[in-house]
Amino acid sequence: MRKVYIIWLREIKKYIRSKSRVIGTLGMPLLFLFVLGFGLKSRISVNNGDYLDFIFPGIIAMSVLFTSMFSGISVIWDKQFGFMKEMLVAPISRTKIMVGKTLGGATTAVFQGFLIFMLSLLMGIRIHSFSGFIVALAFMALIGISFTALGISFGSRMEDMQAFPLVMNFVIMPLFFLSGALFPLEGVPKILRMIALINPLTYGVDALRFGLVGISQIPLWIDFIVLAGFCVLTISVGTYLFNKTSV
Amino acid sequence: MGIIQLKSLTKKFNSLAAVDGISFSVEEGEIFGFLGPNGAGKTTTISMLSTILKPTSGTALINGFDMIKDKADVRKSIGIVFQDPSLDEELTAYENLTFHGVMYDLKKDMRERRIAELLNLVGLEKRKNDFVRVFSGGMKRRLEIARGLMHHPKILFLDEPTLGLDPQTRANIWDYIKKLNENEKITIMLTTHYMEEADKLCDKIAIIDDGRIMALDSPQNLKSIVGGDVVSIKSPDTKKISNAFAKEKWVNKIKIHDGAIDVSVNKAEEMLPKLLKITNEIKSEIISISVHKPTLEDVFLHFTGKTIREEEASAKDAMRLNRRLWGR
Ligand SMILES: Nc1ncnc2c1ncn2[C@@H]1O[C@H](COP(=O)(O)OP(=O)(O)O)[C@@H](O)[C@H]1O
Ligand SMILES: [Mg+2]
Repeated sequence: MRKVYIIWLREIKKYIRSKSRVIGTLGMPLLFLFVLGFGLKSRISVNNGDYLDFIFPGIIAMSVLFTSMFSGISVIWDKQFGFMKEMLVAPISRTKIMVGKTLGGATTAVFQGFLIFMLSLLMGIRIHSFSGFIVALAFMALIGISFTALGISFGSRMEDMQAFPLVMNFVIMPLFFLSGALFPLEGVPKILRMIALINPLTYGVDALRFGLVGISQIPLWIDFIVLAGFCVLTISVGTYLFNKTSV
Repeated sequence: MGIIQLKSLTKKFNSLAAVDGISFSVEEGEIFGFLGPNGAGKTTTISMLSTILKPTSGTALINGFDMIKDKADVRKSIGIVFQDPSLDEELTAYENLTFHGVMYDLKKDMRERRIAELLNLVGLEKRKNDFVRVFSGGMKRRLEIARGLMHHPKILFLDEPTLGLDPQTRANIWDYIKKLNENEKITIMLTTHYMEEADKLCDKIAIIDDGRIMALDSPQNLKSIVGGDVVSIKSPDTKKISNAFAKEKWVNKIKIHDGAIDVSVNKAEEMLPKLLKITNEIKSEIISISVHKPTLEDVFLHFTGKTIREEEASAKDAMRLNRRLWGR
């Protein structure tokens, strides 16, 4: 346990120390919140509600998604800068290394989501209930763990950061835009709705919206089952691929 | 018995046998040198011995544990300094060592004591809380050595410990290695393609080329296999001198070329007076005398038919070197 803890702690320390990463990953979600939320506030209303209220849970999910995918993929840095060898040669199983890194990435991702949440409060957004906030926090953790593990899966297969833009353009961006974070699932073309429904992030966004705003398009228990299942899947795949990665 | 015993250890990358069925053993307390040119298979061997690379076939016993079946025990028995940098530069020296200590189950007070002791040994106690990213190449290397020793390993692997370091830093590192071997009674297996390093440091040397062991012995014995010392005498009377020397039993071989005569003898410094006495007796003029003692370079040439060229670092090594020098 101490070993998993020190791996987790290393991730946290590196996160806190790289201020550019903290600020860099805040930028995009804030821009979305600002431009879409405030820009379209008076034009669009979803389910008779305010568009800003509608999208801000999605923006929190976005920030958790970006941060966790990025920290997962950062195993490539560990490989390139050699620290991976230090971990692999130590008397600890690779699975435990994977667990420590996943928890570390998820923690930073949830924290990043929490920052967006606080900034949203400053912008005048009000949440629905405190218990709802706890539900949202739990789902942020699920999203964080799932996508850190997915990031580690990619990172384990990649040699260097050159493939990162590919992952950004063909995995992370589509995951976000096709997740129902920006549009409601009803009243959109069928194909869009279908795609959104096979995207696990959709269920995370829906649960966050339920917790924070009180609107929901999918029953919470379905959100939970889908996301928990996805989480188990990504952890299994991540562990398998990380066990096979070579340095 | 040997604290490290390799048994037909083999690693193939596709069809290339990077390590081709090597067997030898390293005795407890030795400094054992693994000498060979770039691409000979040194790093591949060390990676297998340290359990991070699976051999294609064969195995090794390390501190009595099988490297395939008892991975965890092997890992606790060894410390390793990899050829490429492996510190976390975003952490401090202290944090790097603490991470290592926790990974190897050292309790907090024990860990703190060991960190203080080792930073002192490698002369970095004042830099304890500095980020590794600001360290020089030599400081990083010393920190890596300290880290490899944290958990009191029985065996320390050093893969090219001085690659890319300046001569003074290199000499410093040699001192640390010698000191360790004496004070901590630790068995050291190091790889190098620097002849001088192997010669100065090692009790035994294995010469490896194309994944195969070409020779294994102490540096002294290896050199005497190549032949004794050569005394080269320049003189106008080479014929006459050669005839006179040919009668002596202690002369192994005589060769005349370009107005000089090369005499092979054992222990040249003791034979010089005798040689001079003879040339005096036959009243031959001597222009100059020089003594050439065989080096590991000659040994290497003898066993592999090639010379090791240090400056001919492969492109990959040059890149690694840059990375180390510029901290990337
Ligand atoms: N991961 C790998 N994949 C393919 N070939 C490799 C790999 N690692 C090493 N080699 C090859 O194996 C040979 C031995 O390499 P190495 O053990 O690094 O040599 P040395 O450390 O003696 O310089 C070289 O020809 C090298 O190109
Ligand atoms: Mg090497």
